[in-house]
Amino acid sequence: MNDTAQIYDQGEYNFAYLDEQTKRMIRRAILKGIAIPGYQVPFASREMPMPYGWGTGGVQVTAAVLGKDDCLKMIDQGSDDTTNAVSLRGFFEKTAGVRTTYETSEATVIQTRHRIPEKTLTEDQILVFQVPIPEPLRFLEPRETETRKMHALEDYGLMHVKLYEDIAKNGHIATTYAYPVKVNDRYVMDPSPTPKFDNPKIDEMAALQLYGAGREKRIYAIPPYTKVKSLDFEDYPFEVQKFDKPCALCGAENVYLDEVILDDRGGRMFVCSDSDHCEERRAQGHTGPMAANPAAAQITEKNQRETTR
Amino acid sequence: METTVSTPVQNGRSTPLSAGFLDPVHDAQACFRAIMSVMARPGTRQKLVMCSEVPPEPLTPAAAAIALTLFDYDTPVWLDRPLMQSEAVKAFLRFHTGAPILSEPVEAAFALVSEPQSMIPLASFNQGSAEYPDQSTTVILTGQTFGKAQAVTLAGPGIKDTASFSTGPTPPVFWDQVVSNNRQFPRGVDLIFAGTAEVAALPRSTRITLTEA
Amino acid sequence: MYVAVKGGETAIRNAHKLLAKRRRGDTSVPALTLEQIAEQLSHSVARVMGEGSLYDETLAALAIKQARGDLIEAAFLMRAYRTTLPRFGYSQPVDTARMLVERRISATYKDLPGGQVLGPTFDYSYRLLDFTLAAESDGAELPVETAEMRDEAMPRVTDLLGDEGLMEPDPITDVDAPVGDLTREPLAFPADRDLRLQNLARGDEGFLLALAYSTQRGYGRTHPFAGEIRYGEVEVEFFAEELGFAVTLGTIKVTECQMVNQFKGSSKAAPTFTRGYGLVFGQVERKAMSMAMVDRSMRWQELGEEQSAPAQDIEFVLSHSDNIQATGFVEHLKLPHYVDFQAELDLVRRMRAEWFEKRDQNPDEDAAAQEAAE
Repeated sequence: MNDTAQIYDQGEYNFAYLDEQTKRMIRRAILKGIAIPGYQVPFASREMPMPYGWGTGGVQVTAAVLGKDDCLKMIDQGSDDTTNAVSLRGFFEKTAGVRTTYETSEATVIQTRHRIPEKTLTEDQILVFQVPIPEPLRFLEPRETETRKMHALEDYGLMHVKLYEDIAKNGHIATTYAYPVKVNDRYVMDPSPTPKFDNPKIDEMAALQLYGAGREKRIYAIPPYTKVKSLDFEDYPFEVQKFDKPCALCGAENVYLDEVILDDRGGRMFVCSDSDHCEERRAQGHTGPMAANPAAAQITEKNQRETTR
Repeated sequence: METTVSTPVQNGRSTPLSAGFLDPVHDAQACFRAIMSVMARPGTRQKLVMCSEVPPEPLTPAAAAIALTLFDYDTPVWLDRPLMQSEAVKAFLRFHTGAPILSEPVEAAFALVSEPQSMIPLASFNQGSAEYPDQSTTVILTGQTFGKAQAVTLAGPGIKDTASFSTGPTPPVFWDQVVSNNRQFPRGVDLIFAGTAEVAALPRSTRITLTEA
Repeated sequence: MYVAVKGGETAIRNAHKLLAKRRRGDTSVPALTLEQIAEQLSHSVARVMGEGSLYDETLAALAIKQARGDLIEAAFLMRAYRTTLPRFGYSQPVDTARMLVERRISATYKDLPGGQVLGPTFDYSYRLLDFTLAAESDGAELPVETAEMRDEAMPRVTDLLGDEGLMEPDPITDVDAPVGDLTREPLAFPADRDLRLQNLARGDEGFLLALAYSTQRGYGRTHPFAGEIRYGEVEVEFFAEELGFAVTLGTIKVTECQMVNQFKGSSKAAPTFTRGYGLVFGQVERKAMSMAMVDRSMRWQELGEEQSAPAQDIEFVLSHSDNIQATGFVEHLKLPHYVDFQAELDLVRRMRAEWFEKRDQNPDEDAAAQEAAE
C-alpha cells in the first residue's frame, strides 16, 4: 500500500499493530465502558500511524478486540470503498491478516464512521464507532471539568435548554446528526456523527456497540439490548429524517439516502448510503426508478468496477 | 522511580522466560473476548483458554487465565488471605503480570477471591467516584460452580427481558450486597465469576431480583 | 454511496507513488542525505525531536526527509514510531547544573560565576541574505576563535537568587511520588505542574510562542526576565534495579530557560521572584523561553493571582498545544462527510421552505412591525 504499510510486512509490529500492554489497557477500558453504559472512560490513547481525527479511536478499539478468526468490515459514510475505509481496512489486512468483507452479515467486527448498516445486526457482531468529539455537552460547555460534573450529577438541564431553544426558534429540533441520546436512563451520550436516522437502530440493538475517540482519549459502550432514548419533549417527540422517494437504483424504502448530482443542469438522484445493502438488493433483482438511466448506470458501472476485488 | 526492567514484557516480540499462555497474543485475545462477552451479556457463560503452566494453589487455572489477560504493572491487585499467604501465588502473579500486590482493598483495580464464602464485603473495595466511576475495583470470585446454587433473576443492559443466574459458593447475604451495589450506579464494583473452565460476570448495571425459595 | 469520488485502492496507491516522486523532486539534483539534514538543518531536527517526543537525530532527519520538510508531519512520524517502542522505565532527572555548556546567557546579571557564554546564536547577527552560502564553495572550514573556558562552576542563576531568599524555593516535591506521564495516563484536569511541563515540552512551538507573546501584551502579564538560558550536553542516567546504582545511557543536547518573574507577594507569602521553567531538546531557545513564560502564567492559582487571560487557562492551553492532535482534527475535514452534509442539506431546505412560506403568508408583517417600532 504505502510506505508505512510496507513496514508492517517486515514483521516489526505485533498482531493488529498495538503491543500487548496497550491492548490490555484498552481492553480494561472497554470492560468499564460496558459496565457503565454511556459513560466515557478515559484511556491512554496511543499515537497511531494515521492522524488523530481519522479513526484512531476506532482503530485502537478494533485492534484490542480483534482476533485471528474474526472477519472485519470497514465502512465510512455507509460505504466500504470510500478512501479512508479502504485505508483503514488495508491497515488491518496488513497488520492482523484477518479476513475482510463488504457483506454486513458476514462480518463479526464492523468498524464504522458516520453510519450504521441498514441490515439488522446480530448478537454475534460487534459494531465499533469512530468518534471525533465524544462529549455531547462539549458545544454547550467547553470545559471538561464542568461537563464531568454535569454527568456526575446527572445534570442535563443545559442540553434540554438548547433543544428547547431550537424548538422555540425553528419549530423543531435543528440537530440532524450526532443527535444526543440517554443510555439506560442515566448518561447522555453522543452516538458519534451518524445521522439521527440511525438513532433508533442503537436502541435495544442485539450487537455490542463500542465507541472509540482517540484524540479525546475516551472509550464508551452500549451493551446489547440496552435502552437508548433520543432526547425529546412530550409535545415534540423525536423523529427521523424521511425521504419521499425510494433509492433510485435498488428501490429500497426506509433507508438513508445520499444525494448524487448527475450533471450541472440540476439532475440528481437519491441512492442508498449503505452500498452493500444496495448491491445486495440489486443482485436480488430489485430495481429503482433510475436504474436504467444512462447517467446513473455510468456511475453504477464505475462503482462495480472499483469494488471488484 | 518506576521501572519495569525486571518484568517480562509479553508484547509478542519477546519470548517470555516461562510460558504463561502458549500463544501470548491470541490466547489473551480469546480470553478477553470471553470476558467481554459475559460482561456485555450478564449471566451468560463463556469458555476460557487456559495457561500452559498449572498455577500454584489456591490460584485456579481460570483465575490465572483472567489475571494474565487483564493484569499488568498498571493494575494494583488485592488478594484474599489464602492467596496472600501463598508465596508461590504471589511470585506467579508478579512474574507473569508484573502487577503490584497490595493489602488495601480500596486501592485495588482488581481483587482475587479464592474463598468466596468468607470474603470481605463488596463495599470494602473501591467504589469509584461520581465523576470517575470507572476507577472502582473489579472483583473476581474464583472456584465457582454454575447452576447449582439458588438462582437470581437478572435484568438491565445486556439482557433481553430477564435472565436467570446461579453461582456459588458466595458469602452470606451476598445477593443483598449485589443489590446495594447496583443501587449506587454508576458507582460500584463489577463482578467476574471464574469456574473450572468457564467465566461469567455481573457488571454494576445489572438489577437483581432474589427468587423466593 | 455511488459517486465518482470513490477512493479505491488503486487511487490511493497511485497517490502515494506520486507523493514519493514529488518528494524526491528532480532526480538530476542529488538526494539529501540524513547526515546533511542532521548536520545542517539542526534546528529543524531539534524541533522534530522535541514535538515528536523522541531524541534521535538520525530518525528525526529521516522523518524530515520523508515529510518533505513539513516539520509537523515529521514530528507525527516520530510520535507514531515512538509509541511502538518498548518502555523500560523512567530516567533519573537530568542535572542541568552539570551541563557541558556551549551557550549560557543571563539577562539579569552583567557578569556572574561561570560568565556569559554567547555561543552559536542568531542574536546580534544582521538578517541579511548571505549569498556566499548560495555559492558552490560553501562548506569550507571556518576559523572560529572562542574565549578560553573559565575554569569555574556555572551555577544556575535561580540558585544564586535562591541563596539570598529572593527566589521562591523549588516546590517541595515528594521524590518517591511517581512523576505523571500523559502518554500513559490520559490528562485529567486540574493537571499538576509535572504534567503541564510535559505537555508544554511536547507542544507546538508556534502555539506556545503566540501564548507567551500574549502575556507580554497584557493578557496575563507576569513581568518576566530571562534569568538564564543555557544550552549544551547533559547526561541521561537510568537507575538499574539489578545493579543498585544509576548508569549513564548517553548524552543529549538541551536548552534550559529559567524565567524570573516579579511577584508582589500575598497575605501568606513575602514578595519574591517566582519561576517559570522551560526545557527542550536541542537548541530551540524560542520554544524554551515561550514554555517558561506559559508555565509561569499557568501557576496563577498556586500564587494566589487572578485568572483573566488565555495563557493562564490550564485546560485551554493543555488541550490545544499538541500539534499532532490539532493537525489531525483540522485536516480530518478533508474526509468525506456527505452523510452528515446530506442531513444538514435536508434541514436547510426544510427551514428555507418554512421561512418563505411564513413570509408569503404574512407579507405585511414586516411593515407592521416597522410601524409599531416607530
